[in-house]
Amino acid sequence: MSTPAVPAAKRRAKAGKPAKSERTRAEARLGWMLAGPAFVIMLAVTAYPIAQATFDSLFSYRLTTPDEREFVFLDNYLLLFTDWTFWRAFLVTLLITVVTVAVELVLGFALAMVMHRALKALRGVLRTAILVPYAIITVVAAFAWYFMFDINSGFINSWFSWVPGISAELDWFGNTWTALSVIMAAEIWKTTPFIALLLLAGLAQVPEELVEAAKVDGATRTQQFTRVIIPNMKAAIMVAVLFRALDAFRIFDSVFVMTGGDQGTEVLALLAYRQSISRLEIGLGSAVSVVLFLCVLLMCFAAIKLFNVDLASGTDQSQAKGKNGGEDQ
Amino acid sequence: MSPKSKSRLGWTLVALLVLGYSLFPVAAIFATSFKTPGDLGNQNFLPTSWTWQNYEMIFVGDAQGLFLSALRNSIGITLIATFIAVVLATLCAYAIARLEFPGKRIILGVALAVSIFPVISVVTPLFNLWRTIGLYDTWPGLIIPYLSLTLPISIWTLSAFFRQIPWDLEQAAQVDGATQWQAFRKAIVPLAAPGVFTTAILAFFIAWNDFVYGISLTSTEAARPVPAALAFFTGASQFEEPTGAISAAAIVVTIPVVVLVLLFQRRIVSGLTQGAVKG
Repeated sequence: MSTPAVPAAKRRAKAGKPAKSERTRAEARLGWMLAGPAFVIMLAVTAYPIAQATFDSLFSYRLTTPDEREFVFLDNYLLLFTDWTFWRAFLVTLLITVVTVAVELVLGFALAMVMHRALKALRGVLRTAILVPYAIITVVAAFAWYFMFDINSGFINSWFSWVPGISAELDWFGNTWTALSVIMAAEIWKTTPFIALLLLAGLAQVPEELVEAAKVDGATRTQQFTRVIIPNMKAAIMVAVLFRALDAFRIFDSVFVMTGGDQGTEVLALLAYRQSISRLEIGLGSAVSVVLFLCVLLMCFAAIKLFNVDLASGTDQSQAKGKNGGEDQ
Repeated sequence: MSPKSKSRLGWTLVALLVLGYSLFPVAAIFATSFKTPGDLGNQNFLPTSWTWQNYEMIFVGDAQGLFLSALRNSIGITLIATFIAVVLATLCAYAIARLEFPGKRIILGVALAVSIFPVISVVTPLFNLWRTIGLYDTWPGLIIPYLSLTLPISIWTLSAFFRQIPWDLEQAAQVDGATQWQAFRKAIVPLAAPGVFTTAILAFFIAWNDFVYGISLTSTEAARPVPAALAFFTGASQFEEPTGAISAAAIVVTIPVVVLVLLFQRRIVSGLTQGAVKG
């Protein structure tokens, strides 16, 4: 599929170098004219608000009493970092992120393998089915899982009453661990397809000859998998894990719908929402927002530094080829 | 049993397993949406008698005001946000795929950064600003922030698509005397249309899915989209949970998504993976 693009890009690269500076400048101008609006809007709807949030987080600022706005410097952060509510939300968010991503990676791999090996006739059906959880609204998915487990309307209790610990009286949302389990199950159900599809694309990149060669050399199935397939799709795995981890850390919808943050299931995003939108504590809410943002940023940097993932190289192939050596250290 | 029919049996089982996995929760809420109020507490998967009662409630009954306006808001706001994003992203991705100019990597980097941005982090300042300048609880008040959801994915997906277009056609048009802009419009746009269409579907899914902006930046039926409205459904009485109405509404908003998936699964998959993995 990508073969026609490569020679074209190469030819362009050759033809582009000796071009006159006049033309280069005109091209740059046109480039920014076309790309500019999208670029500016993206910055305007994110960079400006996060700057404003950072600024607001330094104030004691309640919308109900706007006149009493007062500069308190880092007091809001101090308040957060010494409050168990914040740390609990932080730990719950972290737990959800780690557990869901780990389970999704295993489950996603299984689904990707199934789709990769599936008979041609089945592939379309499987892909369509797997896209349904991906495309469904998160709130709808959360309600579906909530109603299944709900003590009044749910059927899970009566279906699984033979399992020790499950009975008609079990209120899944009345206890931290059971509530978190359902929340995580719903998240896993909804987002595993995304990981599976990314891994499937990665699987397709593993050269068939390598697997065949390993087979000829007497490698077992496990060895083929751990020594040949996984190392050759490391990039795809990293991208999938990073994207999902960043996404999982922002979890909000499912928790809001299922428990509203009760029973110790509050996550960081919900804490920020509760402070700023419900209680109108703009200062404190902004501080939570900034912390959440910094966490996401940190995860991103850690992944890039630790695993040397070059996210931009995904689509930016022609550029990556030429410039990668100098830019990524 | 011969090995061939054995493997066929195995594959059928695997396929059923995957189908069960993907469709089970949807089937559950589908069944719930046809339950009578009496059935809602019977702890069974299927209703004992199927009824349209819940759908009547959201389309012509008590929940009508809440649901129909939310549906109108969702469709309108999502389509406009998708349209603007796709138009701007098409221009942007064309420049990235085709032109040499400084800052290309920065644009892609910013798109990536915006796509991982926690929505909740920007919602507080927007909430405050929108109240001051009168955009709170209006369509534009949601369309603008939705662009932060739809633009990045559109730029990435389209850049990937545009790299695969045989651009010689454009050069040929330019040799024939067309300007770069004309060459873009006449030769490339028709070729790029499938990619643009796929991108529009993906952007639509993302905007259609939004919940945080929806509950934070609206307060009435004037702009509240469906996912947010679902969380505000109330039962006929204080002691009655609105389970049936929510289920019916959930099924209604899931139908367009399922139809799109059924019609365009191949394209959606290629669009989804192209942006993230070398393809």
